[in-house]
Amino acid sequence: MPRILTGNRLETGDVLWWHGRCWSTQIKDAVEIGAEGEALLASLIAAERINDPTFIEVTGEPGAFVPTTTRERVRASGPSVRADLARGSLSVEAI
Amino acid sequence: MRDNQDQIAVSGAPSPALDDTPARLRFRDDAPFESPIAPLADFLAGGNFAAVRIEPGEDARELVPHFDRLKLVEIAFPKFRDGRGYSSAAVLRQAGFTGEIRAAGDVLVDQIGFMRRVGFDSFAPNKPLDPKVVKATLDRYPYVYMKAADGKVPVWALRHG
Amino acid sequence: MYRYDQYDQAIVDARVAEFKDQVGRRLRNEITEDQFKPLRLMNGLYLQLHAYMLRVAIPYGTLSGTQMRMLAHIARTYDRDYGHFTTRQNIQYNWIKLEQFSDLLDDLSKVEMHAFQTSGNCIRNISSDQFAGAAADEIADPRPYAELLRQWSTLHPEFSFLPRKFKIAVIASDSDRAAIQLHDIGLQLYRNADGVTGFRVYVGGGMGRTPIIGKVVREFIPVGQFLSYSEAILRVYNRHGRRDNIYKARIKILVTELGIEEFTRQVEAEWATLEPLGLDAPQAEYDRIIAQFADPAYEIGAPDTIDLSDPDFKLWVDQNVHAHKQPGYAIATISLKPKSGIPGDASSAQMDVIADLAEKYAHDEIRVTHSQNLVLAHVRKVDLYAMWQALAAADLATPNLDLVTDIIACPGMDYCTLANARSIPIAQKIAAKFENSISEQRDIGELKIKVSGCINGCGHHHAGHIGILGVDKKGEEAYQLLLGGSGAEDASLAKILGPGFDENGIIDAVDKLIAFYRSARSAPTERFLDTYRRLGAAPFKEAVYA
Ligand code: HEM
Ligand code: SF4
Repeated sequence: MPRILTGNRLETGDVLWWHGRCWSTQIKDAVEIGAEGEALLASLIAAERINDPTFIEVTGEPGAFVPTTTRERVRASGPSVRADLARGSLSVEAI
Repeated sequence: MRDNQDQIAVSGAPSPALDDTPARLRFRDDAPFESPIAPLADFLAGGNFAAVRIEPGEDARELVPHFDRLKLVEIAFPKFRDGRGYSSAAVLRQAGFTGEIRAAGDVLVDQIGFMRRVGFDSFAPNKPLDPKVVKATLDRYPYVYMKAADGKVPVWALRHG
Repeated sequence: MYRYDQYDQAIVDARVAEFKDQVGRRLRNEITEDQFKPLRLMNGLYLQLHAYMLRVAIPYGTLSGTQMRMLAHIARTYDRDYGHFTTRQNIQYNWIKLEQFSDLLDDLSKVEMHAFQTSGNCIRNISSDQFAGAAADEIADPRPYAELLRQWSTLHPEFSFLPRKFKIAVIASDSDRAAIQLHDIGLQLYRNADGVTGFRVYVGGGMGRTPIIGKVVREFIPVGQFLSYSEAILRVYNRHGRRDNIYKARIKILVTELGIEEFTRQVEAEWATLEPLGLDAPQAEYDRIIAQFADPAYEIGAPDTIDLSDPDFKLWVDQNVHAHKQPGYAIATISLKPKSGIPGDASSAQMDVIADLAEKYAHDEIRVTHSQNLVLAHVRKVDLYAMWQALAAADLATPNLDLVTDIIACPGMDYCTLANARSIPIAQKIAAKFENSISEQRDIGELKIKVSGCINGCGHHHAGHIGILGVDKKGEEAYQLLLGGSGAEDASLAKILGPGFDENGIIDAVDKLIAFYRSARSAPTERFLDTYRRLGAAPFKEAVYA
């Protein structure tokens, strides 16, 4: 199963997904993380700028990754009870 | 309503009189005391010690009968989140101990204001503290709401003269 | 209401400056997240699923119109235009940015508010009776004592790194509207046989993973000594409460493991050393604070009748208005459980409306209730109709207090990192079955449904007549069903009825429970909880699982 990297920006709390060279606030931009991920994660933890950086498992194709847990799907879509606050790239129905 | 007696105030300067070693902060006028620090069990077993170390689970009250031969009580903070040491210091001061009480271990700058209030008057943090931040922290609060071992006057007393 | 003096304001200002400094050091990487986290938690700032969440303290749930307007301003300026009132009488915002937090704290401090000690292992916001000062059955207003506790516990140097969080509630009547037996310390003010006022002290109640009803640690402590007595309880807890296991760290576990007799002995021994130190505030301070909670200037001779000719208004009065101790006045509850709403949520525009109405009709006082509603406590009966019309225009006049659609729900998996399952959609779906018929809701009568998204129990599921608990079933959201809880003076803990359900299953099960209750009640006045207590779980279980 592919894995992607997520975390929250220290300054804003924004939910982020790793986009190759930087972070995106949309899960549709997330890239699959390979063996290089461990070193990347270690460097992020050491840098102390991203809170709770962690790998999550997803299904589907790049551009349309869907996390396997409900929790991560809620993070990707926004609160399911506030369609007006949806992030945009994963629909609330997909939760 | 009862008369409010003062608690035992800690002697020494109210604002930081830092000594030279950055890793050590001491708020006492007497000469620093250096001698072997005994674990509580050894101290109670009757060894000839004038300094003792208390771990979080240990009972500071066991020291009360021995104050006359005690110069220093070092209270261990293996983890800053473990707040038992605050009560240990408070118990010692309330029982009348006037010697040095040192907080040692995972002691962070954001805690030493509280620690001063419960009666600590020296600090041996694992990581050195920035003296400027220490001073700013300790000078921060103009008033306190409740009595503690530092003898500061609580606002209810200021309000009613 | 209590107003800050120069000392209170100076302490808040210093605390704000301190936290600004801490935020600055974190943003400059001078401290690690591991070191910063307990500091931000002590300022009510959590990292949740979508952003930082901020919990602002509303001491004993009382606030003024000005303060409510500031809460609206915070929602508009720093959040996404809404806030969530909680079961602990506070408000939470879900979309806060750390880099704006200093400005936010400055704004709050302008109206004597802050977020200190709303989180972390310290003494939390003191809660109280939402009808305090207005209830006919109280012996005195409990809030002066809550304020004394607030001051005593604010930045308490010895008790800021407790084994776990610590929650205190204070009431002054036999009806318990603050669930004191489910708090770490519950205080009930009463007058003893000699006419002296003091507190009955409960200790070790709580919900969460191990729900326990509090036990009496002291039958009577005179009001003048309750602070030093509280200090003794906290001292015993701080020294001996478990720190090896976060799930066993609340005082309730210590009380259970020691037994109430031994716990009491230790507290009394500790108090014997503390009481002579003069920790209790002097009478003059009690008097000063009590004076600030004096009755508002009631209009003497205000008409004591209400024109109920408008049937919708009558419905709301019947359901949401309570008797006031002062003739000509009434207590009005604003339901935050509108049709298809989110329990406890209010928009900034609604907060502004409530602030205006409080100033205009309710002596400038608003209370937050532990069932996530708001109260305007001192309204002239002649003003009720106009006020109701204004509330209705803002979708704030749902006449469903204590009915099946007045559901408590924690944020659940829609917001909370700790959740196993969503709570809000469950509340909405249950409510949707009944919300179109108030008469059906009234026929069902008082029914408290409480939903938590995980075992922490922020939605009070253990105290629900019907409690619903979100659990994780192999990665799927699932729900357990509990029956028979109460957070009132007849406190009891709800018990699991049987196997859990998926989302549709739990909605269905609640439906069946209600249908069974309606067929089995001895009289229309017998509440769901009473029928359950009379018949026991078995027939309810059969109705659901057969
Ligand atoms: C969304 C962020 C929240 C987090 C992370 C959170 C966390 C927790 C945790 C960990 C506990 C269990 C503590 C323990 O038993 O030791 C707890 C209990 C509780 N929380 Fe929350 N909570 C949140 C929101 C809320 C909200 C929105 C409310 C009110 C609706 C609330 C009210 C309570 C209450 C009343 C308890 C039970 C206290 C007891 O065990 O006696 N919390 N919370
Ligand atoms: S009960 Fe669980 S899911 Fe609900 S708010 Fe509390 S911690 Fe979060």
